[in-house]
Amino acid sequence: MENNNNLPEPDTRPDVKDPSRRDFLKKSALITAVALTPAHAVKAAEKHMDERIAEAFEKMPLSLEINGAPHNLMVEPRSTLLDILREQLDLTGTKKGCDLGQCGACTVHVDGHRVISCLTLGIMVNGKKVTTIEGLAKGDQLHPMQEAFLKHDGFQCGYCTPGQIMSAVACIREGHANSEHEIREYMSGNICRCGAYPNIVNAIQEVKEGGLPV
Amino acid sequence: MNDKTLNKPSSTTGMSRVDGRLKVTGQAKYAAEFNVKGLTYGVLVCSTITKGSIRSIDSKQAENAPGVLAVISHLNCPKILGYPAEPAKAPIKIFYDDKILYNGHPVTMVIADTFERAQHAASLVKVDYNEEKHITSLKDNLNGAVAPHDDAEYKRGDPNAWATAPVKVEQEYIQPSEVHNPMELHAIVARWDADDKITVWDKTQGVKDTQSNIARIFGIPVENVQVHSKFVGGAFGGALQVWQHEVAAIIGAKVVKRPVKLMLTRADMFTSVGYRPLTWQKIGIGATTDGKLVGINHQAIGQTSTYEDFAEGPADVSRQLYDCPNAYTSNKILSLDVGSPTWMRGPGPATGTFALESAMDELSYLLNIDPIELRLKNYAETDPESGKPFSGKNLKDAYKMGAESIGWHNRQQKPGALTKDGWLLGYGVSGGTFGADREPATVKAIMLADGTLIVQTAVSDIGPGTGTMAVSVAAETMGIPVEKIRFDLGDSALPNAPQQGGSTITSSVGSAVYMACNALKEKFQQLIGNGGADKPDYAQVLKQHNLPKLEVSVDSKAGAEVDKYAMYSWSVHFVTVLVNPLTGVVKLDKVTCVADSGRIISPKTARSQIIGGAIMGIGMALTEETVIDHRYGKVMNASFADYHVPVNADIPQIEALFVNKPDYNINPLGAKGMGEIALIGMAAAVANAVYNATGKRVRELPITPDKLVDWGVVS
Repeated sequence: MENNNNLPEPDTRPDVKDPSRRDFLKKSALITAVALTPAHAVKAAEKHMDERIAEAFEKMPLSLEINGAPHNLMVEPRSTLLDILREQLDLTGTKKGCDLGQCGACTVHVDGHRVISCLTLGIMVNGKKVTTIEGLAKGDQLHPMQEAFLKHDGFQCGYCTPGQIMSAVACIREGHANSEHEIREYMSGNICRCGAYPNIVNAIQEVKEGGLPV
Repeated sequence: MNDKTLNKPSSTTGMSRVDGRLKVTGQAKYAAEFNVKGLTYGVLVCSTITKGSIRSIDSKQAENAPGVLAVISHLNCPKILGYPAEPAKAPIKIFYDDKILYNGHPVTMVIADTFERAQHAASLVKVDYNEEKHITSLKDNLNGAVAPHDDAEYKRGDPNAWATAPVKVEQEYIQPSEVHNPMELHAIVARWDADDKITVWDKTQGVKDTQSNIARIFGIPVENVQVHSKFVGGAFGGALQVWQHEVAAIIGAKVVKRPVKLMLTRADMFTSVGYRPLTWQKIGIGATTDGKLVGINHQAIGQTSTYEDFAEGPADVSRQLYDCPNAYTSNKILSLDVGSPTWMRGPGPATGTFALESAMDELSYLLNIDPIELRLKNYAETDPESGKPFSGKNLKDAYKMGAESIGWHNRQQKPGALTKDGWLLGYGVSGGTFGADREPATVKAIMLADGTLIVQTAVSDIGPGTGTMAVSVAAETMGIPVEKIRFDLGDSALPNAPQQGGSTITSSVGSAVYMACNALKEKFQQLIGNGGADKPDYAQVLKQHNLPKLEVSVDSKAGAEVDKYAMYSWSVHFVTVLVNPLTGVVKLDKVTCVADSGRIISPKTARSQIIGGAIMGIGMALTEETVIDHRYGKVMNASFADYHVPVNADIPQIEALFVNKPDYNINPLGAKGMGEIALIGMAAAVANAVYNATGKRVRELPITPDKLVDWGVVS
């Protein structure tokens, strides 16, 4: 393998040399175009328009609700929810810390449950409701967990913070915040390299004990 | 706030972070989050061999892949003006020649119009290599170590006096490679605005240094480089230099004539942006039978790459931590076929203190003296190295505060004497120290007509809360509420500030803010005329004089005091550990860290910084180690699943205590840094507690269960 990006080895068998679906799409798109208007098709091929046609075929519709707003998108099946949020929708509050499901920085809620968005393909959340850190506050009024993180200094650099907060809210909703020990266990999927763990535990305990709806 | 509160703040003491709201709402934007117009994505392809050269690169398939704009390697890279022609010792020159210097050396970069397309195309690049024999093992090649510079050795009195002392310890200690692993992956967005003008959004600990380095490498005027780095998702020393991926993105943006975003993978973070070097140490320490030190001999050999002579000074801590008439220290390096190490939190003393403070603990058991008593017997009232007085040292107070907090009187001198719920219980202590430097800094303070104060300087904040500290200082000095103050940072166009490294920012920038605010008040005094209020209604004064604003710019730096005093911050770490006698699992039971770092400016963020450093120190003690398979020269655990940083379940509540005595000899604020001392010493405190619990001395970090079980905890 010539890279260290943990990608699968490309299939080099001669009969599937190129990603064949793409090739098929390109050819069939062009054939269709030729059948319609040959002159345009030639021009399209010259300008690599065949790529663009194939691109359109390769994308899939994705309808979902993000932070209460409906979105109708066309996404590649391989795009992760994390990359769709960050790169296509500019919702950069959700962080990429490892892209391998090992750090929790990308935690969002899907239908109210915490989910690691780097291990979630976009098309898997079709028809679902996604909440990101940007959707937690009600306008200027912060969510109680955001207030508690501020008050108890549950962060330093702030990079893991959106994931910690989304996880913390879910931790209480799941009924996993009944003791300091339990909070630590159920918050251990969210790494904080600055080491704000004791403050994060304090914040979650305060919200839990305060009894406000999360 | 009274002194008692500042001695022992809670998680809610004092003001919250000025940038906290942006961080908890996801509005804080880090380097990779500037999705500028026309953005493209770069993905690196890195070498799978450890040493040799590139025979060929077949990039045809990648070039023809959808959305690909360029595939860049040494074969087609445009000439970089600032690359030195000779292969002298220098940072990696990316895409410069066919040489492979370590496993993971970037060889090509694919740029495409989406991240997914770039990542896929990168998987299609085929590289063939001419492989050469590599050497990556430090332990097997210690004889090849060399002195990196002339003053790598230090002697005071007789270097071998320790060996003739009545009681002595001679032991070897190993500090493995550790990786900074900030949660934010290293990332850059690079955009050329003209042929000789560039803007970058970059992860850096110093926008000014990044600016001047980019200007040098690309041969363009410094003022034509604009660096933005307002939020940095942790760095810990890993972003103190311009790395090759940053250069690659800038090259890429030039080639495709569009902005390029490049974010490293977590695996790249283990190979391409430095680490704490694997270091072998040997200590000989001797004392009289009543515990007075006779001599210390401390030698260290750290690994470096073949292309850079990176050297820490781990042994240096043995020159000055204790009052000892005879001392010898030596810091050597060994070149291996690995990527270059770099500064990582507490560089030098973090490694050195593990050895020295473990050896002191070993000595205390041989002498049958309480470890704190042994340290107090050899307490240095003046700097043993320079003979100068310390600018401020209240380490005795720190020992006392920490011992009380942890319940040191419950400790038993005999190892294995205490148990709790079937686990072995042990007490450990270790000191820590780091130089307290003050760097030049310039601060601009502007009072606007509406009474808003703007304070500006080109510092970065990688997490400790620099903005919160600066606003605290400005609010107190000017006598205005924090809500009326805005602190601007992380922009290379702002006035000069040092890199955020080496625990210097509160002393340097904090003092500059203090001086700028005083200068601004003085300017108001001149307007009002002598005898006016010290802290007037600034908006009112501006209105009366029909002025839109009043501003000052003040340069601040250290003065003659640096020749007069030895300047350090100090810490003491106390822990109790629980060791499972069957499995060898070690759990932290209680942790108390005491910082003697002058006046506490911002109790909430100071407490968090101490706790955070302690936690990184716990990782150093118990779990963190980069493992190379020397057959292949490759890092085998380059992920969070395999390289274990502490998680929430590993960490108990931690007490952060502050002596809080101002050190006005170093700066007008009386405050010193604490980023490094928060970590320095923690590993030894844990190792010493494990010994107290089990009677097993682990001299090679991390203290994993196998080391305890193998050594016979299980009978």
